[in-house]
Amino acid sequence: MTNSIEEIKDNDLLLVIGSNTTETHPIIGLQMKKALKKGAALIVIDPRRIELVKRADNWLQLKPGTDVALINSIMHVIVKENLIDRSFIDARTQDFDAFKESLSEYTPEYGEKITGVPAEKIIETARLYAKASSPGIYYTMGVTQHTHGTDNVFCIANLALMTGNLGRRSTGVNPLRGQNNVQGATDMGCIPNFYPGYQSVSIPEVREKFERAWKAGLSPRPGLTATEMVDSARRGDLKALFIKGENPVLSDPDINHTVKALKKLDFLVVQDIFLTETAELADVVLPAACFAEKDGTFTNTERRVQRVRKAVDPPGEAREDSWIITRLAGKLGYDMHYLSAEDVFSEAGKMWPALAGMNYSRIERKGLQWPCTTRDHPGTPYLFKGGFPKKKAVFTSVNYRPSEELPDSEYPLTLITGRELLQYHTGTMTRRVEAVNRASPEGYVEINPEDAAGAGIENGRMVRISSRRGSIKIMALISRRSLKGTVFIPFHYKEAAANMLTSTKTDPVAKIPELKVCAVKLERINNAREKEQV
Amino acid sequence: MVNLNIDGEQISVDKNSTILDAANKLGITIPTLCHNPELTTFGGCRLCLVEVDGNPRPVASCATFVQDGMQVRSSTPYLERLRSTNIELLLSDHPNDCMLCERAGNCKLQELAYYYGIRENRFEGTRRIYNTQDNNPFVSREMEKCVMCGQCVRICEEIQGARAIDFSYKGLWTKVTPPFERDLDCEFCGQCVGVCPTGALTGKMWSNKGRQKFREVDTVCSYCGCGCNLTLAVKKNKIVRVYSRKNTINEGMLCAKGRFAYEFVHSPERLSRPLIRVNPKSNWVLEDSDQPYGSGKPRQRLAGFQDFKEVSWDEALEYIAFKIREIKENSGPDAIGGLSSARCTNEENYLFQKLIRAVIGTNNVDHCARY
Repeated sequence: MTNSIEEIKDNDLLLVIGSNTTETHPIIGLQMKKALKKGAALIVIDPRRIELVKRADNWLQLKPGTDVALINSIMHVIVKENLIDRSFIDARTQDFDAFKESLSEYTPEYGEKITGVPAEKIIETARLYAKASSPGIYYTMGVTQHTHGTDNVFCIANLALMTGNLGRRSTGVNPLRGQNNVQGATDMGCIPNFYPGYQSVSIPEVREKFERAWKAGLSPRPGLTATEMVDSARRGDLKALFIKGENPVLSDPDINHTVKALKKLDFLVVQDIFLTETAELADVVLPAACFAEKDGTFTNTERRVQRVRKAVDPPGEAREDSWIITRLAGKLGYDMHYLSAEDVFSEAGKMWPALAGMNYSRIERKGLQWPCTTRDHPGTPYLFKGGFPKKKAVFTSVNYRPSEELPDSEYPLTLITGRELLQYHTGTMTRRVEAVNRASPEGYVEINPEDAAGAGIENGRMVRISSRRGSIKIMALISRRSLKGTVFIPFHYKEAAANMLTSTKTDPVAKIPELKVCAVKLERINNAREKEQV
Repeated sequence: MVNLNIDGEQISVDKNSTILDAANKLGITIPTLCHNPELTTFGGCRLCLVEVDGNPRPVASCATFVQDGMQVRSSTPYLERLRSTNIELLLSDHPNDCMLCERAGNCKLQELAYYYGIRENRFEGTRRIYNTQDNNPFVSREMEKCVMCGQCVRICEEIQGARAIDFSYKGLWTKVTPPFERDLDCEFCGQCVGVCPTGALTGKMWSNKGRQKFREVDTVCSYCGCGCNLTLAVKKNKIVRVYSRKNTINEGMLCAKGRFAYEFVHSPERLSRPLIRVNPKSNWVLEDSDQPYGSGKPRQRLAGFQDFKEVSWDEALEYIAFKIREIKENSGPDAIGGLSSARCTNEENYLFQKLIRAVIGTNNVDHCARY
């Protein structure tokens, strides 16, 4: 997030794109409700009638995967009606003219044709956003999990830049992180092209700095992303994989593909707190400690580094991940010795200036938001105050590209996957909580009433849903939450796993899979049990 | 700014303050049950009554704005008698279940009854009757313990925006209920549980696990990226309940997962020893497993475990090191990869990428940011 959670309540306009915020980030949802109470306007861009829609002033129900066309046409209106922030564009950006040219064909009428959103709504949204004094954009995987996910994000950045809505309190672009420490894991360099602190592995000076600090020779070749590792394993190039605290069998697209790839590995180690579906395929399984059993820090979606504290002992011989990693390094002949978790944290601070000003005593009571460069730096509640790190932000012209797998006569529906309120991710944790299981016991497919009538499906029936990659049995939930022609399945449920169906097509830049769009078909299963109506 | 005098002490406060705000600033404690600074003023419990010179009757300090020159008394024999009578009235319709109540020792009503020394009750008689059938899995609702402070109703509407409960009926028969007195069926955020001053609303999973003298550990939630601050109440190496403090980035608010979904920590299915595969990888099909989790069986008896044997840490790590060295020698370091975890700490993630980069010698390290 460029802004802080606490700043949301002072937005005078909330533009929520591809984020079911009140279900997936409930506490950020509360801040949004505060802003609405104070009179903020709410625009929701989502194919599903999510809970926020009932609070929205304007709901743009776009067809899945048409975000670029929609945002470009919104920007077309902003240019046409001269609602741009000329002084911001001149002072802090470059390449605006070429970008402006690229918008010329995206009239609201053209936008309506592609997205299904009425032209008037596009025009109204453009005016609302451009005229707001402190608007905030909020998005999650609904924007990024597309083969044009990077393009979608460029569009959002362009929209904020052309209206000067960046770099102020309560004004900015805010991707909401979906897991407790996605931000931190990325910050700490668990990505194939960057060392900790987004320092590129392919710059020789940077590499030498890390080689000196770690007393080891480092590879100059950027590594493989998670999706590429699975592909590489399937091809037989990747021979061994060490998976810590992840369950790609259920979370990655196309489960058959993932399982085949993992089974092909010569050696698979899985380190986790439960015998996950992925661990069942491992050669060695290592028992780890969970969040309540260790000391350390998590970095939340607003870049705030906060203390995690040990409350209870892990079961049996389960060990903290840090214990396991340092012991294994020792067995491999590398001395990785630390006195405490804080010792590791301070090494990370030495390698990445944005953390250099933090230590555990400074974040004892309240976490600090990076960048925090010196011991007296108060942290950074919002980014880009007074300028961008690269001096001028660049407009990137983006053209609409359809999603990779569009519905056709054989597979006529578009599948969207996502989360629901009570279950979490692959269910490894929440499905072992009895109360959660009672409230959210099983998977379901949300089907628009018209589509259900067309297929002769009643509410609560078991149906078969298939894609080119696989098929699952699942309970039908007939609901107006789904746009006609689309269905939604939460991906938490192993016995009705949405990712049996999803496609492994990825974004060319970010390598993020297109989990939000794939083509499926729906069939009723005869003699299926009736589901009790509640 | 407005100047006033409370119990002989002078204070200057903003003109939008109430007498209660001013008293709090002076460190003068005035008892309340229904007041919550985050919510709209209710003025229902009548415990915060104070005397103001020139007013013929006591006023509710939570609902009365300050005025210049006010002379306020927060405690007089008359006020204390009124307060004591109000508590007695509340207790006349209370089950006195403190022996078993989850909130005993941390209950505002119990504390007030203790302070005012109320044992006998002049008003005993008719009691409200509640339908105790409540099948929701999260919130225990023993509504006969309700004191009608209305904090749950207000937080549900004003903060959560859910409006799942409200007052119904009138007079003595007033109750807080979901629509048509059905079971609670809401987002189960438990904000209501967090503000309830008595044992009327508690977490169902708290029951009989320990209510006092637990160790409190402040930490951060392990679910979504909001980073809510949690306080884990720990007794005998078990988490017995979870709540959040007011002065945190999430202002004491939590969602259903943060507040109620901690049971997995102590699941019998947790891994507790390293495992090495002894049987070949089975033909693995998802659809076969109808009820995959929460069977309550100890982990050794679960399907999936029969293909492994338990080994010591030394054996497991030696084996991994041997295999990694072998594969690195035969196929080079880039034939090895590591997937780290967005669920683990910064420190563990730092160490993991260092292991993959500096020890194994490849940049094949990533995590689940894309899922």
